[in-house]
Amino acid sequence: MTWLSKSPWILHYDASSCNGCDIEVLACLSPLYDVERFGIINTGNPKHADVLVITGGINEQNREVVRNLYAQMPDPKVVVAVGICASSGGVFRECYNVVGGIDCVIPVDVYVPGCAARPESIIDGIVKALSILEEKKKNGTQSSPAPGSGAGGAQ
Amino acid sequence: MINNDKKPDFHPFEGESLITLPFLILFPAAIALILLLVPGDSWRRLVVQAGALIIGIASFYLLFITPGAGQEFFPVTVEWVTTLMFIAEMIIAVFLIYLGIKHRKYLAIFLVVAQAALLLFFESTGSHGAHVPDLFIDQLSLIMALIIGIIGSLICVYALGYMATFHQQHPDVKDRRRTFFFLVFIFLSSMFGLVFSNYLPWVFFFWELTTLCSFLLIGYSGTGEAINNSFLALNMNLLGGIAFAGALIYLAIISPGGNLLAISTLIQSGHAVALVPAVLIAFAGITKSALMPFSAWLVGAMVAPTPVSALLHSSTMVKAGVYIIVRLSPVMTGTMEGLIIALVGGFTFLLASAIAISQSNAKKVLAYSTIANLGLIVACAGVGTYKLVWAAIMLIIFHAIAKSLLFLCVGTVEHRIGSRDIEDMTGLIVRMPRIGVMMLVGIAGMFLAPFGMLISKWAAIEAFIDAPFGLLFVAILAFGGSITVFFWSKWMGKIISVCPVAELVENRISREKWIVLSLLTAMTVFVCLAFPVISSHLVEPFVLSVYGQTARLSQDNIIIMAMMLFLLMIMPFSLLWFRKEKNIVPPYMAGRPATPDLHFLGSMGVQRQVGLANYYLEDVFGERRLFMAGTALCFGLILLMGTLTAGVAL
Amino acid sequence: MISITNALLFIVAAPFIGGLVAGIDRKITARMQGRVGPPLLQPFADVGKLFEKKQIVVTPSQHVYTLSYLVFIVASGALFFAGGDLLLVIFAFTLAHLFLVLGAYSSYSPYSFIGAERELIQIIAYEPMIILAAVGMYMVTKSFFVWEIMGSGLPIILYLPGVFLGFLMVLTIKLRKSPFDLSTSHHAHQEIVKGVTTDFSGPMLGRVEIAHWYENVFLLGFIYLFFAWNPLIAIVAIIVAYLLEILIDNTFSRGTWKFTLKSSWIIAGMMGLVNLGVLYYLSAVVPA
Repeated sequence: MTWLSKSPWILHYDASSCNGCDIEVLACLSPLYDVERFGIINTGNPKHADVLVITGGINEQNREVVRNLYAQMPDPKVVVAVGICASSGGVFRECYNVVGGIDCVIPVDVYVPGCAARPESIIDGIVKALSILEEKKKNGTQSSPAPGSGAGGAQ
Repeated sequence: MINNDKKPDFHPFEGESLITLPFLILFPAAIALILLLVPGDSWRRLVVQAGALIIGIASFYLLFITPGAGQEFFPVTVEWVTTLMFIAEMIIAVFLIYLGIKHRKYLAIFLVVAQAALLLFFESTGSHGAHVPDLFIDQLSLIMALIIGIIGSLICVYALGYMATFHQQHPDVKDRRRTFFFLVFIFLSSMFGLVFSNYLPWVFFFWELTTLCSFLLIGYSGTGEAINNSFLALNMNLLGGIAFAGALIYLAIISPGGNLLAISTLIQSGHAVALVPAVLIAFAGITKSALMPFSAWLVGAMVAPTPVSALLHSSTMVKAGVYIIVRLSPVMTGTMEGLIIALVGGFTFLLASAIAISQSNAKKVLAYSTIANLGLIVACAGVGTYKLVWAAIMLIIFHAIAKSLLFLCVGTVEHRIGSRDIEDMTGLIVRMPRIGVMMLVGIAGMFLAPFGMLISKWAAIEAFIDAPFGLLFVAILAFGGSITVFFWSKWMGKIISVCPVAELVENRISREKWIVLSLLTAMTVFVCLAFPVISSHLVEPFVLSVYGQTARLSQDNIIIMAMMLFLLMIMPFSLLWFRKEKNIVPPYMAGRPATPDLHFLGSMGVQRQVGLANYYLEDVFGERRLFMAGTALCFGLILLMGTLTAGVAL
Repeated sequence: MISITNALLFIVAAPFIGGLVAGIDRKITARMQGRVGPPLLQPFADVGKLFEKKQIVVTPSQHVYTLSYLVFIVASGALFFAGGDLLLVIFAFTLAHLFLVLGAYSSYSPYSFIGAERELIQIIAYEPMIILAAVGMYMVTKSFFVWEIMGSGLPIILYLPGVFLGFLMVLTIKLRKSPFDLSTSHHAHQEIVKGVTTDFSGPMLGRVEIAHWYENVFLLGFIYLFFAWNPLIAIVAIIVAYLLEILIDNTFSRGTWKFTLKSSWIIAGMMGLVNLGVLYYLSAVVPA
């Protein structure tokens, strides 16, 4: 047992979501769901975060941003793709500007389906991610940075 | 703080300073004349270096031959010296009138004429003769001599390299380096004369010489701005000079025998007699040390080459002003006039510190910081309890060293990066690591905890509480002190921020510059370590001999501060441990992918580079607003003082 | 006398007290917002976790500054609890904060840069009031040494009510509570991300957090000084003061720097100064 799973700090990034999932993520912070019960804090800073929560799919504008945010999180770290767009691109998958789900730029550990994903399932997904976080810590897994996501990223 | 009434011990070398004092006055003058004649660059270099070394050694030698406590006098029986000085003063007056006509500065001509007339009148009273002019030395003179002799001569050596580069970079400025070094050494000579003279007409002569030298040095580059600023400095200092001359005449009238024309007798003659001349001379001191209504000249003086600024701000000129006020502070202690002078100093400290926040020009920040610290010194000396005088002298010492270091660092940086703007000093620690560290030491010396300036401020806070109307000054110090933290820290922040585009530009700095800068850095740290010794051997005996009691910091605090300094010095070594850090990531840029030199893709696909600039809080601490307020306030206070003094005099 | 035991006790116990206070703070804050809130010992879990993370840096020199911040906070707190000179404690405390600011400056991120600038504004906002508080204590007890102030047996608060109120006001700045949490915040104010601490991460952030705990304990100790003549009242006062700070924290949004500077200089500073002025007048006119 490590401290990691007791204090997961979250970075929430809206890739190209319609804001439906974002509202649900924020609902988790509200008194009704109160994720701070589990020590979860929304940090807004990749350098402090353990869990990257992403809503919406990847498009040409945010591809580098997602890579950059992921690269700036210190190990061990996990990624939770919230909502169907983040998981696979959803209904936007075939759009000319959409690349697909989050996993086409960075490795995703937990997929939370739904349109929009329910707060309960988001919390469930994050709790699942925590055990993966523990495991990564135990195995000493290092994230292999996606190509071009290293220092500074590529243009 | 505890009182100490230890009796001074006998000193074996008494009498040897009989030779050293005139030597220190005359030798720099001789060097100056040689420099005026020596043609080539390499000869000049040799003479300046040798001269500086000898002056430094001689002033250091004073340390061993000065009596442990009390004053020692050396009557000068050569009668024509005073006459010679008078003639020199008249020649200077004619010269200044000539320059005034040449540059059409009629106010200056008027002031010169007024001062010369007063001087003629003083001569006509015939007060000379009754008192044999004499030199003297005590701990205060010794401290001043050490500052002038060591820091002043280091600056001269630095100036060699600086002026060579200066003329390379400014081909439009006429190369008058002979005159330059002549003036600089005359400056040192007159400063020595000023602090060693007991006879007031002599002090006045040297006082006027420093005014003249600073005037000519500020105008060195000969540009319109330089000429204007030099005349500004001249006018303000002449105003002080007129007050000084007024003091001489007052003394000549009330004591026709001329007995009171010596500082030592003046101080002991009591409020009733000495207050009026003391206030007049203190007014001269206020103009010379550029307190608030007169601060403009020192700010304007930054057009001069940087070694001149360093000289004016640290070891000479402005220090002459505070020296004379500290000297006369026993006369003013407990009087309304003394309190007003202290208030002028206090408000200057507060407002000049605040103005420094809004400045990005490094030399201007340094200038305002100098003005602020001089204000603090005058505030201490004006209230003038023994604890405060202790703090004032400590401030003079620490300020001289740290400020000269900072000016010379800024000068060096300016020549390498072509700017004296603090915003352009980003990442100096990477671009010029050694200069960067020296600058950090200098800045730390100006305001950080175990360093000297802060110790003195701390002592001043403690001392003000027990002084009359002290609470006002405590408040000024509490607010002014924390304002100081702001502008120094943000400067430090600029230096240490590790910016991505950093190219090493520290090469090609001459060896003598390195030597001077390293020595000054070492001295900044050393005086901090050695301050208990400086206090017990130099400052305390002086305060004791004048006030009968003295102040010092408690033993516990000295130990704790030594520990803090030790901690502060070992902390950087932790970098050796952390240097192995492998996981280096770029700074957070809100997820925008940025190139290593921090270009990022902004909106509409435009490439932008990150640019960070400090806060200047212009609308709160803006120069114009605060300068107006300070000038009005301090001018009002000085008028009040003048009225009070006139009341006493009549 | 200077007590080394107290200093050691502070060094050992303060992180535990500080962490616990932070836990209680978060719990009460959550309850005020109608939430359950994290476990009481959550802050310890947070810091424990930070030390489990891998260290990343922007520049290795960040380590030097953050470590110095911790060291000097501990040193100034230890000096306070050992009974040292209050002014020296305050100056050492400023020195410590300077290192935090320099740590933020050393990385070239716009967010930590703004955090550093704002932290400096906070320093100039609170420092005069803290110095005035120390001066007030000297005027009452005739000593700057904490051990003498503690042992004076005088109800200092009765002499310095204005100073105490002013001190409470700047305490809000020091505890990083809204509306004065300009430079960094425990809340989700994210317009400058995490301000000063943006580019600190992992163990480095853990050290900063521990330093903050030390700092809070020192500040609570400062409140104690006002009530030192009666330990029971002092503890009640500390609790009430802290609850008040939490309430303020939860009822305000983040203010601007001008609001912070003006309110702490004009309101707090004036309350302190007027209080001291009255004391000064009384001691000058009515000799004891």
